[in-house]
Amino acid sequence: MLQTLTATGFMGLDSGLSRGMSRVRTVPVEPAAASISETPDQRRAAWMAAAQAGDRRAYEKLLADSVALIRAAARRQGVAQDHIDDVVQETLITVHRVRHTYDPTRSYDAWLTAIANRRAIDALRSRGRRDSRELHDDFAVDSHPDQHDASAATESGQRAQRLREAIAELPPGQREAVEQLGLKEHSLSEAAELTGRNAGALKVNLHRALKALRERFHGEP
Amino acid sequence: MENPEIMSDPRLHEALIDRLGTELVPVRRLLPPWLRTAGWMLVVAVIAAVLLMHYGADPMLRRWAGTPDLGWAGMGAVITAVTAAWAAFALGVPGRRPAWAWLPLPGALLWIGASGLGCLREWVAPGTQVASMHQSADCLVFIISFSIPLSALLIVLLRRACPLRPVLTAVLIGLASAAASASLLEICHSFDSAATDLLTHALAVAAVVAVNAAMGGRLLSKA
Repeated sequence: MLQTLTATGFMGLDSGLSRGMSRVRTVPVEPAAASISETPDQRRAAWMAAAQAGDRRAYEKLLADSVALIRAAARRQGVAQDHIDDVVQETLITVHRVRHTYDPTRSYDAWLTAIANRRAIDALRSRGRRDSRELHDDFAVDSHPDQHDASAATESGQRAQRLREAIAELPPGQREAVEQLGLKEHSLSEAAELTGRNAGALKVNLHRALKALRERFHGEP
Repeated sequence: MENPEIMSDPRLHEALIDRLGTELVPVRRLLPPWLRTAGWMLVVAVIAAVLLMHYGADPMLRRWAGTPDLGWAGMGAVITAVTAAWAAFALGVPGRRPAWAWLPLPGALLWIGASGLGCLREWVAPGTQVASMHQSADCLVFIISFSIPLSALLIVLLRRACPLRPVLTAVLIGLASAAASASLLEICHSFDSAATDLLTHALAVAAVVAVNAAMGGRLLSKA
């Protein structure tokens, strides 16, 4: 009984949330796919249920439809405009990884929003940590204008060495993306041609590689 | 010039969505929290049955008849175990309210309250004695050693889940397994509640919860 009460309470809260979100929706949805009585949340729930069974079309429609909800959640958490896309990407990857935890009898929007909120908070935290580090770095540069002294050169050499080692330990696909796009500064199309991979795969691999490197150097889980 | 961000977004996300679409395989859905709680309680019940076969139910029932507060404390521990496990499983599903974490509170209050009241009694429960420090240490070992496999089982059951609050979930795992161990201890506990005994129980429960909380973030799969 307790569960029923809680579930009902939350569904109420949730439909309020999704109503608020539908105002900022930018991704067009196919009107033919939705019956008149179905709410957007119910439609997404049905898509996710189909995706759990392996329906790729429903899954891609669902993820495209989810982008606006994730953006809204990230904005509500106070993520800066230029980092919202990172949160969207991270959330989509998490959704993919934990899609089996969704229960189709419950609200999809509540499930998605909880994950997006978490990723938004992670983004804010890692941003905060990086900003404080960068501030100290600026300070160090200002107070030690001579960057060519021996210890600085050694230190930057060591740092470059560590980075090279970290890149070498990445999975092959990610390493390739970093080398082509990051180190050799090829354009996406050049890199795609050189590696024979599609641009989307390269972008995803670069994104994952940067995340792995950030975790390694900043100790972020 | 158009804002490059607005230009780049949809394509960036489309590429990822396309990629995730190609990786899509059918998944087995997570069982509902109550069902997974029931599965875990079944294991606890099997252990209880083994202990009851070994020690018999009579000494426990005699203690409870003579001193109902011990019975209430045991009941509170069982309720705490069930509700804490349920709350942990519920928090492993994104979108469930964090208020689930309060679910074990009434059971825990009954458990702690009844145990505490037991210390104020003037008579000693039938067939028991007040435990010495050494005997209290046995309770500590019992609670901790039963909590380890019970916690491990909960962690295994939660690994496929997605706890967005891993530390809170780990605290609930610790509470559930410590409460279940204290309930099992009740079957073969020949000591009356006393300050020393209560203290060791509290110490054991706190240790189990603390160890789980400290390791929780790492052992539970990163959400």
